Amino acid sequence: MGVRVASEWLNSCSGCEISIIDMGERLLDVLKVADIVHIPALVDSKYFGPLGDQKHLSLPEADVGLISGGIRNEEHLEVALEMRKKCKIIIALGTCATHGGIPAMANSWTSAQMMERVYSTETTDRPEAFPADGLPPLLDACCAVDEKIKVDIYLPGCPPHPDQVFNALVALVQGKPLSVSNKSVCDTCPTVRKGKGELKQVRRFLQAPHYNAPDEPLDQMRCLLEQGLLCMGPVTRAGCGGDAVTPRCISARVPCRGCSGPVRHEGNQLLDMLNALASNGIDIKSIPNRPLLLRFSGGHSLLKPAIQERRSS
Amino acid sequence: MSQTITIQPITRIEGHASIKIWLDEMGNFSDARVNYMSLRGFEKFVEGKPAEELPDIVCRICGICPWMHHLASNKAVDRCFGVAPTPAGHKLRELMQTIAHAEDKLLHFYFLAAPDFVIGPDADYAVRNVVGIAKANPELAAQVVKMRYLVKMILDKFSRKTIHPIAGVPGGFSKPMLEEERKDILEKMRQVLDFALFTIDFAKKNVFPKYLEAIKTLGVITTGFIGTVDPSGAHNLYDGKLRLMKADGSYVDFDAQDYADYLGEHVEPWSYGKFPYARVWNEGFALDVDQPRGIYRANTLARINVADRMATPRAQAELEEFRSLFGRPAQATLLYHYARLIEEVYACERAIEILEDPEITDPNVRAKVEPKAGRGVGCVEAPRGTLIHDYSTDANGLVTRANLIVGTTHNLGPMNLSVKQAARALIHDGQVTEGILNRIEMAVRAYDP
Repeated sequence: MGVRVASEWLNSCSGCEISIIDMGERLLDVLKVADIVHIPALVDSKYFGPLGDQKHLSLPEADVGLISGGIRNEEHLEVALEMRKKCKIIIALGTCATHGGIPAMANSWTSAQMMERVYSTETTDRPEAFPADGLPPLLDACCAVDEKIKVDIYLPGCPPHPDQVFNALVALVQGKPLSVSNKSVCDTCPTVRKGKGELKQVRRFLQAPHYNAPDEPLDQMRCLLEQGLLCMGPVTRAGCGGDAVTPRCISARVPCRGCSGPVRHEGNQLLDMLNALASNGIDIKSIPNRPLLLRFSGGHSLLKPAIQERRSS
Repeated sequence: MSQTITIQPITRIEGHASIKIWLDEMGNFSDARVNYMSLRGFEKFVEGKPAEELPDIVCRICGICPWMHHLASNKAVDRCFGVAPTPAGHKLRELMQTIAHAEDKLLHFYFLAAPDFVIGPDADYAVRNVVGIAKANPELAAQVVKMRYLVKMILDKFSRKTIHPIAGVPGGFSKPMLEEERKDILEKMRQVLDFALFTIDFAKKNVFPKYLEAIKTLGVITTGFIGTVDPSGAHNLYDGKLRLMKADGSYVDFDAQDYADYLGEHVEPWSYGKFPYARVWNEGFALDVDQPRGIYRANTLARINVADRMATPRAQAELEEFRSLFGRPAQATLLYHYARLIEEVYACERAIEILEDPEITDPNVRAKVEPKAGRGVGCVEAPRGTLIHDYSTDANGLVTRANLIVGTTHNLGPMNLSVKQAARALIHDGQVTEGILNRIEMAVRAYDP
């Protein structure tokens, strides 16, 4: 019998699960040594038994539990607790699970404010009360998984590169320790940095960065931050490019938006970036919306309704 | 004693949903619901953000169709800022979207739906999945994994990031296509077209005939349809006008900018997901299996129903064969799978057409944009259906308001009707088996991308 793997998605988009499938033919190799006992996207395993008549939510036991998505409602919490109970090792898969991810942008508002907008848009027939009948109540915020249960391994990324998922699974199957990068995107970026502090303002990404020819190699293009674009490379964990290393956004000639979360797990991308800009003499008032620097890491109470209220008052 | 059955989670679909079925004292159908359990609030939390950043934020609505959100959002921002993408930028966007459709349909047919048809709806759940297929038919499975990976890596290699794309930008695309890239992708898409033709032949010979009875009965309801057509009335996935068809085949065409005059969203107390309906029909909204009101369907079957024809030759030949068997509009829910494979052929043919257009390698891929106050609706056909992003911006180009109608939600009402219909037809005298419950889930799976 191989290593038993259970996988769950919570407040998520299923991109992490597709990244697992994007291992391609390596997926077939993984399936030879791993028994997938639970993964809603691919396997018919049910919370309340095959006939849907059991009273309590239950998951099969597993050696490794992958959890993608943050924890946003009571059902997510119940599933996360059950995964912790049944799995020996819990992996937080993807930046939603490690830091809240994009859905934690909602943490700048209360749940009531959020529902007020969703159920009163131009096309919506506004109901007398928000939906609640038999639905899992929302928590106060979208939380990273480790705000609610113990996490053993963090694999950030939006989504994590298939190479990272594959390497992690191989390490677990072989019982070897998993090496996690503590480099920043900048540490792995080939663009040219001159380090001269002539820049005073950051500009919005409304036109292409400068480069000389469509096929100009990246190591001849000037650093995008030095070109004035708000590139989150300095405060973002490396690894989005997988084994090929080169940061994905830079190689598409767009600035890094920070999707792998902070370089250190407990880092703060907003404060770290403001520090980095200020220490280089860049006017941080030129940033149009500062909470956006936490767009991938607003869990752990980093984004709160109060921040928004302070901003608007 | 009455009984409640909870099918949770609905598996082999892309997302979070559950089914509840209530039986009366005699063990017969009383009612059923499909619940969408997820509420993330994108319509709220994009407020105040620079509009040009939205395409990279809203793609996180869906990790399966991120290109669709990415591109609908780019179109909406183009409109807000009053800019038209350059011709090459427009074509690169459509190319990415079309290839993403080609990938998604392979994923859905083989990984998610096929276990019901190839392994069988009553098979042990432990083997009724893609792993079971790999064991039962290793050669086909290896071919499927290889072809799907080939398509996915075309997107990944060229655009640099395909789950949560970054390369579409307001005004066009972030990087041009080089001639060697064009040749390489063209050669690969020809292989994918061959595989698409193999797949539809395989399904017509080995899959659909075996399940003809199920196709005629399982989850069958009568509704209207929505989809996108080009100015000549031909099927289109990326651009055109919206066509809203009634069950009798009559239709209205409208510009996506005017969507709010035609569509509304109903709220039920038991679902976080909203229920779009045809407000313009002036009949309200009712989830009544025998007399639904305001209900139309989106996604593959809807698109080929509303279209006068397919815009590419092989897909058109398939549509003609399909129509000779099932008419227009075809209502049987499991025909979504058949329609999906016709669209797979179209997506491959269309991608090849775009790649054969010399303008695709023009280096002028991005028009300059300036932030300004405006309103814009961006619309594309996502695998699950018509996708609408509607934003307003202030003078600084920050988003003041957003309204989204996401592909999946059009079919929330119809999925509820199909599940009610299936449960009512299949459950009698308290006899509930795994096979019956899986058949009821199949009525939901058909609507997946």
